[in-house]
Amino acid sequence: MNAQRTPKKKTPKAERDHVLHLLKNMIRIRRLEEACAELYSAMKIRGFLHLYDGQEAVAVGVMEALTAEDAVVATYREHGHALIRGISAGSILAEMFGKQEGCSRGRGGSMHLFDAKTRFYGGNAIVGGGLPIAVGLALADQMQQRPRVTGCFFGEGAVAEGEFHESMNLASLWKLPVLFVCENNLYAMGTALKLSESVTDLVRKASSYDVAAASVDGMDVLAVEAAAQKAAAAVRSGKGPHFLECRTYRFRAHSMFDPELYRDKAEVEDWKKRCPIEAFSKTLKTEGLLTDKDRQKIEGEAAKEIKEAVAFAEACTWEPVEDLTRFVTSERRSE
Amino acid sequence: MAKLNMVQALNLALRQEMEKDDSVIVLGEDVGVDGGVFRVTDGLIDRFGEGRVVDTPLAESGIAGMSIGMAIYGLRPVAEIQFSGFAYHCFHQIESHAARLRLRTQGAVTVPMVLRAPYGGGVRALEHHSESREAYWAHMPGVKMVIPSGPRNARALMVSAIRDPDPVIFYEAKALYRAFREEVPDEEETLPIGESQIVREGTDLTMIAYGAMIRPVLEAADELEKKKGVQTEVIDLLTVSPLDDRLFTESVKKTGRAVIVHEAPRSFGPGAEIVSRLVEKSFYHLEAPIARVTGFDMVIPLFAREKAYIPSAGRIFRAAVQALETEP
Repeated sequence: MNAQRTPKKKTPKAERDHVLHLLKNMIRIRRLEEACAELYSAMKIRGFLHLYDGQEAVAVGVMEALTAEDAVVATYREHGHALIRGISAGSILAEMFGKQEGCSRGRGGSMHLFDAKTRFYGGNAIVGGGLPIAVGLALADQMQQRPRVTGCFFGEGAVAEGEFHESMNLASLWKLPVLFVCENNLYAMGTALKLSESVTDLVRKASSYDVAAASVDGMDVLAVEAAAQKAAAAVRSGKGPHFLECRTYRFRAHSMFDPELYRDKAEVEDWKKRCPIEAFSKTLKTEGLLTDKDRQKIEGEAAKEIKEAVAFAEACTWEPVEDLTRFVTSERRSE
Repeated sequence: MAKLNMVQALNLALRQEMEKDDSVIVLGEDVGVDGGVFRVTDGLIDRFGEGRVVDTPLAESGIAGMSIGMAIYGLRPVAEIQFSGFAYHCFHQIESHAARLRLRTQGAVTVPMVLRAPYGGGVRALEHHSESREAYWAHMPGVKMVIPSGPRNARALMVSAIRDPDPVIFYEAKALYRAFREEVPDEEETLPIGESQIVREGTDLTMIAYGAMIRPVLEAADELEKKKGVQTEVIDLLTVSPLDDRLFTESVKKTGRAVIVHEAPRSFGPGAEIVSRLVEKSFYHLEAPIARVTGFDMVIPLFAREKAYIPSAGRIFRAAVQALETEP
């Protein structure tokens, strides 16, 4: 989250600071997800867990285009979005542990990270479920004349849901300020895009609703950032919704229970060569913007952040059993 | 004070709340220019403009989902679904999101929205246009399910629903929309959600109902008095969920006999929960098996046989007589 917008022309120092900031954010997500995987194996996190490895450039790039006033609606693979939006790693991990100090106070879990302060209106376990809600947030902004953007993340699997189509139509019809960010990682769990869509060109689909749409290399954080800045600026200026397809890839399994029978290992390895973190690092090194020392520093800071977050989550507490039925409705408690 | 039918009374509630609170927004299919399929929102667009009375596309899931988003941001959306049978499209948004956000965030994110829908039979419309599926919503923790039984309580409950901090599903009996008029005060009037009312006092038998079933219940109660000298107490739930069981469990402690009436299908219907509460709280006072007069376990039949499905005063009367004739 950047309260201050990135200026178009930067000094060399500012340019270097900015790219290192982007790199660091991607690394923070990767290290958080690695910690999650370990904590899952250690049975500190239970149930299902969806990790973001490989897609970091999307959350990091798009968040650069959103201000503190804007809102975010995300999916069940949202740990990275939450982190970059400004929810602390400790609060995220505590939530995954089911602890009451977590961002959803231990009720939401991995797929339902919420934080009203940063206008992070959720992870969402239901594919496509967040889209109409994002449209509603944007409608409220339009009605109350607030120049906000609602960033709505979803996967390409959501495009097959009816709610995608209702939401595209509604947002376009009323020119609502929604930035639809489709993270196309090619597989809706185990079903390839080409097996689930009659038209696999998602930009065409969005365009059919007269929504301005573009596609970008989702493995390239600078490309994502530039495309998101452009789209968000248009949305903010009242031109209606934008659809941004980010072509990306999930390096890990869909969840911790996925045998990955639907894709070749070779395909995964090919995509890993385009790792948003390592490819970006290589480019930066070539351009003299990143030294080994810089990387070490970033890694050190990320490791410290995650280590402290894990310790924080461990030290947090579960809510008392007698409070479990609180907050079902405003007053009602169990009898 | 004016004599209003239920449509006019609901319109009054919406109009007054919209005047009082700029955050109240009406949205739905044909609620604006057309004034609503049953005219409940008639004239609101002229008074408040299309910024606050929003004609939407045919997108029930979108209507429900947008209402959630608006409510998160502090607006008070009142969404109309043309018939309750069309609300199945909304089910996912209400069940998966509206009902859960407060719980999921321990109150940090809340959804003060109203979903209005005409329900029930009696207007000879087929299937989805005549259904009574309040049990779906009543079974859903996190939403409130309200069903008024006449113009005055409809108006008062609608005001309360709009101001309620939780999602409220508000079913309006089509059969009652223009069935009768009542004096409805011009000045503001509210009724607490989650509180039932005694609408007829009696000592021999308790009848429990809500919505459109209150009229045949009262008719049967009058017949019982006239033909059998029986004094029937009638409880109008007004809110199906959260269920207020204080009045009916106390009433049955006094009368020992209960008849529950709803037009929803019988199995797992609201009556099943009412019976459970009676068994839990009034068991030692029961003098006869609790009777249920309900719709059948089927889709409401086509118009020619609709009357056979919907509980009538006659069916209620017969069930009451049976309950009364049972020796303890």
